[in-house]
Amino acid sequence: MGMRKVAVVGAGMTKFVRRAQETGKELSWEAVRMALDSCEMTIDDIEAVCMGTAPDAFDGLHMKAEYLSDGAGAWLKPYMRSYVGGGTGIFAPIQGWYHVASGLFDTCLVVCEEKMSSFYPHAQAAFLTIFDHTTERALKPNLLWIFALEMNRYMHTYGVRKEDIALVSVLHKRNAADHPCALLGEPDITVEDVLNSEVLAWPVQRYDVSPVSDGAVAIVLAAEHVARRITDKPVWIEGVGWCLDTAYWTNRDLCYPRYVEVAARMAYEMAGITEPRKQIDIAEPYDPFDYKALHHLEGLQLADRGQAVQLYIDGTAARTGNMPVCPSGGLLGVGNPIAAAGLMKIAELFWQLRGEAGARQVPGNPRRGVAQAWGDLMQVGTVVVMGR
Amino acid sequence: MSKQIKDFRGTPLRESDFQEGKVLYVHDALRGEYAWDTGIAIGHYLAGLKKGVILGARCDHCRKIVVPPRTVCEWCFRPLTEYVPLQDTGTVNTFSICYVTWDVKRIEKPEIPAVIEIDGASPGHGILHKLGDVNPEEVTIGMRVQAVWKPAEEREGAITDILYWRPLKEVKKR
Ligand SMILES: [Zn+2]
Repeated sequence: MGMRKVAVVGAGMTKFVRRAQETGKELSWEAVRMALDSCEMTIDDIEAVCMGTAPDAFDGLHMKAEYLSDGAGAWLKPYMRSYVGGGTGIFAPIQGWYHVASGLFDTCLVVCEEKMSSFYPHAQAAFLTIFDHTTERALKPNLLWIFALEMNRYMHTYGVRKEDIALVSVLHKRNAADHPCALLGEPDITVEDVLNSEVLAWPVQRYDVSPVSDGAVAIVLAAEHVARRITDKPVWIEGVGWCLDTAYWTNRDLCYPRYVEVAARMAYEMAGITEPRKQIDIAEPYDPFDYKALHHLEGLQLADRGQAVQLYIDGTAARTGNMPVCPSGGLLGVGNPIAAAGLMKIAELFWQLRGEAGARQVPGNPRRGVAQAWGDLMQVGTVVVMGR
Repeated sequence: MSKQIKDFRGTPLRESDFQEGKVLYVHDALRGEYAWDTGIAIGHYLAGLKKGVILGARCDHCRKIVVPPRTVCEWCFRPLTEYVPLQDTGTVNTFSICYVTWDVKRIEKPEIPAVIEIDGASPGHGILHKLGDVNPEEVTIGMRVQAVWKPAEEREGAITDILYWRPLKEVKKR
């Protein structure tokens, strides 16, 4: 297709916290500074900036990306914000990728920021307006409903048990205990803890859910000829894909995310992946809820439908398993500052594939990973394949 | 480089830091009011509800009947111009038993939101609504349900003209 190779050459992130004293602008700057320092670049080396951040309603600040721009290093540079709901954190690097792959820019900074704590009393309210204003909002829906409805449909269709789904939350929160930026790392959490946690909207319980958070993540992208000057360990973006399903979410079967499948197939084809289960060493599927990780592993073709939980039961998903899942700790453990949480997964693959993930390092010199995010009215899938 | 970085930035605050005045902050309540016109297809849908009828829209090309009705078929991108009355009975596709409000406060009597596949629409085509007149523990996926309507004179052309859906006691035909 005449596209250039693009590498991730640097990454940085802030802690994910329930409520940060720093503004979104300040969080963005901290992440950017760390990303630039990590590859010994300065803002003058950056030709364009891509920003991923959630709806303005979170911050009560219209044109939020413009507000964030100075912190993101976008002053007097080509700058663009993207937003595809929860899928944003993986879409923003895709946007950065095509800025560079197209030949338009040699370097591009990708920044994802979220500050969910400003909204009072709870950021949940900012999500309520995603429902159709005439046919759904009159019923006074609660955001948890759609996840509970989807989880129940998933469990029913394939006969997946709650006590098995809880293994996802346990693994991710335990993994997060090794992440220095994690909000909810819990090294000793058990399946019983998850099953005994408060029932919110059955089948969803407190520990099935990731925590709302504040935080920012940044990565630096470079075209091949630049990347090779910057580092001897570039991590290539080998494939990208994204897809949106219908907004009439009650008209499709919630048991399977076909939009993730379409996005994954697009990314795999670009990456030359024909047997993802053999060719992917690490998976970072989007996990705002524990069942979502399973849903997404199936959409990513890394497990048969209804069978993803077996990866957790037989240890395949463990950090030392054959295909570790969310070695970062995922959204369930590190935290879920929407757009930043997705880009955190890209940063994790970058560190893992370079062998720099410290206590979280997956053994065996992993060569290739996939990161995925999801969002809107349960309808968008965004996928990036990275390799070295 | 994760393992070489020791100092990750970000300063956590607690709710009490605000209450006790340990940090400065500003508080503002943004007011927004909207009046949404219904559009064409949903306008028909709401007018139908006022009469006690659930309308779908048929695509002759795809041989599908969708609900709620819309003006374009997302499968073939042809216009949908024919509205067809559906039954006010259906099947629970999925449900939840919700014990909290949107801001995670406990509620005493749980709500039972559900996706209900409407009889007369194509398989798998449902709407979001709520179940009632039923013990939450007895709700199952696949359960047959029927709409409970507001009295005709109280209907206003809204999805809430259906109060809720309750288990259907099927009349067995001999
Ligand atoms: Zn059609």
